[in-house]
Parts: sequence; structure tokens; C-alpha cells
Amino acid sequence: MNRRDFTRLAGLGAGAMFLPFQMNGKDVPLDTYTPGMDQLLKKELADIALNAAKDMGATYSDVRIGRYLNQFVITRENKVQNIVNTESFGVGIRVIVDGTWGFASSNDVSREGIAKAAKQAAAIAKANSKYQDEPVQLAPVKSQGEVAWKAPITKNAFEVPVKDKVDILLNANAKAMDAGANYISSMMFLVNEQKYFASTDGSYIDQDIHRIWPNFNITCVDEKTGKFKNRQALSSPMGMGFEYMDGNKADKTLSPSGMTLYGNSYDIEEDAIFAAKQARDSLTAKSVDPGKYTLVLDPSHLWLTIHESVGHPLELDRVLGYEANFAGTSFATLDKWESKTFEYGSDKVNLIADKTQKNSLGAVGYDDEGVPCKKWDLVKDGVLVNYQAIRDQAHIIGEEESHGCCYADSWSSVQFQRMANVSLAPGKDPLSVQEMIKDVERGIYIIGDGSFSIDQQRYNFQFGGQAFFEIKEGEIKGQLRDVAYQSNTQEFWNSCSAVCDESDYRLGGSFFDGKGQPSQSSAVSHGSSTARFDNVNVINTERKI
Amino acid sequence: MAIFSKEEAKSILEKVIGFSTADECEANLRGNAGGNIRYARNTVSTSGMEANTSLVVQAAFGKQVGTASINEFDDESLKKVVQRAEELAKLAPENPEYMGVLEPQEYQTSEEYVQATADITPEYRAEVAAVSIKPAKEQDVTAAGFLSDSYGFSSMMNSKGLFAYNKSSNVDFTVTMRSNDGTGSGWVTRDFNDVTKFDAAEASSIAIKKSLASRNPRAIEPGKYTVILEPAASSQLIGNMVRNMGARSADEGRSFMSKKGEKGKNRLGEKMFDERVNLYIDPFNPEVPSSTWSNDGLPIKKMDLIKDGVVKNLFYSRYWAKEKGVEPVPNSRTFIMAGGTDTIEEMIKDTKKGILVTRMWYIRTVDPQTLLYTGLTRDGTFYIEDGEIKYPLKNFRFNESPVIMLNNLEKLGKQYRVNGDLVPVMKIRDFTFSSLSDAI
Repeated sequence: MNRRDFTRLAGLGAGAMFLPFQMNGKDVPLDTYTPGMDQLLKKELADIALNAAKDMGATYSDVRIGRYLNQFVITRENKVQNIVNTESFGVGIRVIVDGTWGFASSNDVSREGIAKAAKQAAAIAKANSKYQDEPVQLAPVKSQGEVAWKAPITKNAFEVPVKDKVDILLNANAKAMDAGANYISSMMFLVNEQKYFASTDGSYIDQDIHRIWPNFNITCVDEKTGKFKNRQALSSPMGMGFEYMDGNKADKTLSPSGMTLYGNSYDIEEDAIFAAKQARDSLTAKSVDPGKYTLVLDPSHLWLTIHESVGHPLELDRVLGYEANFAGTSFATLDKWESKTFEYGSDKVNLIADKTQKNSLGAVGYDDEGVPCKKWDLVKDGVLVNYQAIRDQAHIIGEEESHGCCYADSWSSVQFQRMANVSLAPGKDPLSVQEMIKDVERGIYIIGDGSFSIDQQRYNFQFGGQAFFEIKEGEIKGQLRDVAYQSNTQEFWNSCSAVCDESDYRLGGSFFDGKGQPSQSSAVSHGSSTARFDNVNVINTERKI
Repeated sequence: MAIFSKEEAKSILEKVIGFSTADECEANLRGNAGGNIRYARNTVSTSGMEANTSLVVQAAFGKQVGTASINEFDDESLKKVVQRAEELAKLAPENPEYMGVLEPQEYQTSEEYVQATADITPEYRAEVAAVSIKPAKEQDVTAAGFLSDSYGFSSMMNSKGLFAYNKSSNVDFTVTMRSNDGTGSGWVTRDFNDVTKFDAAEASSIAIKKSLASRNPRAIEPGKYTVILEPAASSQLIGNMVRNMGARSADEGRSFMSKKGEKGKNRLGEKMFDERVNLYIDPFNPEVPSSTWSNDGLPIKKMDLIKDGVVKNLFYSRYWAKEKGVEPVPNSRTFIMAGGTDTIEEMIKDTKKGILVTRMWYIRTVDPQTLLYTGLTRDGTFYIEDGEIKYPLKNFRFNESPVIMLNNLEKLGKQYRVNGDLVPVMKIRDFTFSSLSDAI
């Protein structure tokens, strides 16, 4: 999203400034979860689209009737700044005519509106076919018949009264202020995608997808020195319902740093109190000495490094050059994959793409071109073995079927290849974080994601974090500040010397992975256990102005 | 219909306000239409057209406020969206910072709309792609580009009778040209309100030239260097600084504009930059016209942000202005930085040793206290010696603050438009590159 698109949303007031979602939909009742459109009607409308496209000469077509609900509750200190509900409803139709894609969308979901959009999509495909040098080749997909998939949530967040959400946030704010925060902003973002997909392959797929993201930012100011430090929540955006807010003990991990870390259940009050104290303490923490360190990276931090240095470079459209003008290309070129010997990481490194992982942001039954979702290897025992590819790319890498990672962020956007959940497999041998730290002579233990930046071919990166602890001779010595590390993707993953076992495995993720022109947003999770990386370059980020 | 005339917008908004039973009501009606074409691997990949219109209604009972939106404009839909906003307001706790709707204001007009841009056809877009791809193919280069054009309107009305309306148009173009041996890359960006000022062939030729000249780059040690920053290399850093010039965060002690050790005070009036730094807002500038009213309905006028290196204005929301007993200062969507007369070529001639930077990429905040940013050079980085480009360089990661950068100013050159802002070419000493990147 560029700045002008962003400011276009600003008419909604302060709250909407945070919303990268489309706002052109209908409104939705605040406390009412409206059931979706009747299945039979959706099938009838979908068939109108498919038939209209066929009449226009389409050799393939698919249709997505989508209803996208968002709710945002936004607070600071003791005030609710905004409560916003949005609904967007419409249809997107994609066709192949003369070997060329065409796409059109409409918020007129009537028989006439759908037929018109299908014709437009076919007309665009015909017009573009003049410039087409590479006719589309689709990997086959079996007819799925009439099927449905529903996210396995236990509490629908849209059915929880707004008052309860406001109370949870204002309570966390009050507790953080009592614990020494000068300021706190907290938010709850809720998403529900109701998607009906149909294609000329004979699939009619109804899906109901839920996501939740509670988060906060705390600021502590040292009035004497004028220094300030921010600390963000250690929550993750999740593919879950309101049950994520339960704060179950069983999903908490006590870190050797003394911090509580969260798995599939989050305790916002506990995190806010600890964050306020931690932000206060970090004002007087030791400023890091730059140099080489062993890094012990918690899953709440490592997810972002995985996202940027593994997820993106292994997207096949980037490798092929389709994203060259925006996000960039990739160092992980086809010849490296073809060699079957490219050492992406050490033999401890197993990176897996998985669109079926429970509670993850990317989990669905079927992708946005009707392909059943699955799990596959990207890097096995350190060696690059595969990419992420969709139906029109699978043939390029000799795959017989799509990986099922096609997605559109709205009915009005055309679907394209997006990142699956990409995760680091836990270590095979039993290893706790405590045991991992015992062996570290000079290191830094990093928790939470911070500043992030990587080049357009995904070689050179720099990452910050939320909390940094000095490790000396196997023991945690206290907080550090002004820490960022720089490395090169291949060098970094080859320096991975240990990965903790499955008992430490947790998910992190992002609601807003951006790609494409016009830009689209996608939600994706990345799991890992705590992992150790040797001899990484750490810089000191303190400056004087 | 996506684009409403002033009269149509006024009539819809009057109906909306009429349907309201709240103490106060404010409605924003916006619409835009346009199209785009995207190409990569020297062929068109996607193209499309889009049109959106939306109405956002904010209702208030006392200080209880609710917001709802809709994209249908028959009377029933208008009534429904007003009711929804009112239902929401009744459920919301009081917001003590709610300031109430503004009294009617007077706005000047800015010429943001150009008919030629609204008249762009799919054939024109295809032609842009063609004149970009053809020379690329001829010179063993691969083009990937994106052209996006749109025109639209914004309007606002409230229950005290305030009404604002403006129309605008815009065309944005970027193209990346990568040499087919994979060792060089060039890029160019152009944006205009008036498409007749846009020359796709000229822009593409610059990107091709940079791509070919940047082949087989050499590595030099990272460190502090004198740099010539093309406007596309510095605009985001300067823009980020402008967007961080809010008075509230400064007064709260959590901004680079906070006065250290003096609680509740900011650095307004301090000389923080080289005396040649002049940054201002001017929605009437014919090169970069922008909206003359802000999101909360305040008129935007020409105003200094930094004059002769001294901080002249910070942005004050209506609430914060009331708390501090000052006039509100609305934020603008664009900024202008004053420049000199030298072109990029003249600036190179005038440089003994230095690095020319085409653009910066993946810029992220590292420390909000000092406004330290990190990011990388991309698509054309060159070593300059004795007034000439000697050879291409491998890309660098930088860690630098625009505040430090604007104190290390050597020379300002000609201004160019980048993403709606007007930014000069700048020569900066001691710019901090912290590591090398292998990325092409």
C-alpha cells in the first residue's frame, strides 16, 4: 500500500489509520454474527459465472463469492479511541481465454452483475492475449465436488460482545500503567473470511476462516535523561477464535529470562504488566558492545527471520522475476535448486511449508484456486529441495500438482502465489532452552520481533527485537539494549548449531505480508523452537542527535 | 457511478446528515476510478480496472462515538449506515478526547485534477508497457514495470454545516530493468497529476542506462562516505521524519522532537538542522498540488515546518491543541524541501570522491528516539571520483538518521517530484553504510 492509498482510509478517523483493509464494503451489525448466504444460491450464482465465461470462449474459469468481516477495537491508556466494523461483499471471476488470464470483480452479486463481470474478465483476457508469449499451463486438480471447511475455532470472536473486548483491553492498559508504563496503546483486530469458490474443474468449496490479533505497545520515559523505550506485546496473530484470549496455563512457557512466553493461548494482562516493568528496566540496561555473538533466538523473534530469509526467497514467482519491480527477485535461483546440493543451512535446518497447520494464519482446507492444502519440504537437512508454487507454475519445477498456496486478499483482488506457513522443524533430540544456553560462552538471547530489513534478493538482513539478554559463560546476566544483528541468509542458516525440541515449538506470524502491484496483504504464520546461531555480527544502534 | 460531482456529493451528504438522530454527525464520501498494467519478463502479466466509492459515517451522542461504512447510495442504504453508526456510538464508552464536529470552514482550491489523466484508456496503458519493453529487449535487458492511474473525489459534511469537496487525478509509474547477465539493475519512478507530462520512453531509457552501467559492480569497504542522494533515495527518509513531527508524541517525551530532560516540552523553535534546510507544506504548488483540507476538516495552508534549519511548526490535532492552548496544525499528505540549481549530472561533476545512490529500499525504523533508520541501496549505486562516475558499486546497507543527514549537508541541487513530494538532489558527507549486500 502506498502512502496515498493509506491516507485514503483516513476519513474513518484515528482507528482506521491502522487498517490496511479495504473499506468499500457494506457495514455489519455490531454484535450480530450474520450467517452467510444460502449455499444453494451461491452455487446457482457461481454456475452463472462459469457458464457466462464458457460462452465467451473461456477454457477455464473460477469464481469466488466472498464476504469479509473485520472488527477493530482500539484504545490508549483509559480511553477507547475507536470501534470499527467493516463488511465487504462481492464476487471475483478469473478466466483463461486464448491461453491468457483475465480477471474482473463486482460488488453487484446479482445474476446480471455476475454474468457481466464474467464477460468483462473474458474480454480482458482476450485483449491481453495479444501480448502473451507464454500460454498458461495449469497443473491438474481433481474435482472436489461440493465440500466445506471451517476453521476449528471454539469461540467465534464476532459473537463476543464489544464490551468484553473493551474491558479486556482497558484492564490490561490499567495494569500496565500501574506497573510503571507512561503510555500504552492496545488493539484487537478480528477477521472472518467467508469464501465460496467454484471452478470449471467441478469444485464447489465453502470455507469459513477466522483470525485474531490482540496487541499493545508500551512506552516508558526516563524523565531525567529524556530516554524512552517501547515494548510491544508478545502475542501473535493467530488463525483462532476468541479462545486465544483465555490465557491457559498449559500454553505458557517460562523462559530462562524470567519472561512468560505464549503458545496457543495468550494472557494479555500478564504480558502487559511484565512489559511495563521490562521497558522501564531497559532504560538503564547495558548498551551492547558490537561484535560477534552466539544468538539464542526465541520463536517469538525467529518467525520474522524465517519469513524474510526463507519464506520470501522460496516463492517461485519471485525466483522467476514476476516481482522484480516491487519486492524483488531471489538469490535462490533455479540452478541452485536443480543442483540438489545447495546448502541453504546446516544439517540441523529443516524448513517446511504447511497450509494445514492447526491455529496457523495460513491454514485452510483449499486454496483460492480450489487445490486441497498440504505440507511439503522446502529445505531438508540443510539442502534446498523445493519452492512454493501454484497451478500455473507447478510445471516449471516439474511438479505434477500445485502446492495449494494461491490467495487473494479480497473478492476484488486477483488470486496469485502467496507464502504458505513456512516453519523451522524442531530438533529431533531432546533439548531445552536452558540446556542450549548452558553451552553459550558469549551470547545474546533475543525475544520478540523488532525492526526488520532485507535486500531485494534476500541476502543481507538486519533484525532487532523486543527484549535482549546477555549470556556469559552459560548464564543469563541481564538485559541489553541497542541490539541489532546483521547477516547473510545462507551464512546465517549455516551457522545454526542447535534447535530445541518439540516441547518449545510455538507460532509467530504476520497479518500484513505485502506483495504484488497493486499490493495485496496476506496473513501467514511461522513456527519454530528456540534455535542457536553461532558467530553472528551484532551492531550497536545508539546514536546522538 | 464511482465519481460524484460536487453537487451530487453534496446532495447525498445532505441526505445522510438529515437521517441522523445523533447529537452530531459527520460523513465522508470518497470515490476513485482508474486502471493499471503490470509487466515482467518483458511481457504483460496483468492489467485491470477498478472503481470504488464509499461512505463513512461517524455519529456522536455526547462523547460516545461510532463509525460505520457502506458502498450503496439508495435512501434505504443511507439510512441503514447512519443507524449502524448510531448503534455503535451508543455501545461505545465515552471518549474524553472527542472534540465535536468543526464549524464550517473556508477552503482555497488546488488544481489537483487533470482531465487527460481521467481519460487514460487501456490502449494507452498497453502502449506504455510496449515502449518500455521494446528498447529493453533490444538492449539485452529485462523489463518489469507497473503503471497505475486514478482519478477521484473526496467530500465531507457535518451536522454544523461544514462542507468540503475536491477532485484529484494521479498517474504513478515505476520500472525495473535487469541486465540479462544478472549483474546489473536500473530503476526509475515518475508520478504526475497530469499524464501529459509523463514520457514512458524517456523514463524507461534512464532505467536501461542505469542497468547497463551497473553491471559487474565492485565491492568497497562499508563505512562513512560522501553521497549524492537522488531524490528517490532520500524522499522516504525525509518523509518519515515529517510524519514524526507530531506535537503530542514530542510533548509526551517519546519522539525525536521531545526536549530531553524537560517534561512536557518539545523542540519547537530550536535549530536542529543545517541552516540551508527548508522544509514546508504547500498544497498550491503547481508541481505537487495536494488537498487543501485535512481529514478532520481543517484547512491546509502553506506553512513552514523547518526554516533555515529551525523547527517552525509541529502538527497539533484539535484535541492536543486545546490541551496546550494553541491553534491546531493539520498534517499534510505531501511536503516540499527547498533546493538549489544543480542537476544530478552537475552535482556529480562537482564531487571529488563520493557515491551516487539511485534509491533506498526496505527502510525501517531502528530507534524512534534518534529516528535511526536502516535500509539498502538498490538499482544503481556508483563510485564517483574527480567529477566522474568511475564504476558501479555493490549495494550497501545503511544505518542513518535523517536528522544527522540534514546536519551533514554539503550541497542542495535541483528539486524533482517523487511520490507527490518535491525533493532536491542532496550531497551529504559522512553517510553511514554498515555492511555490503550481494543483491543485484
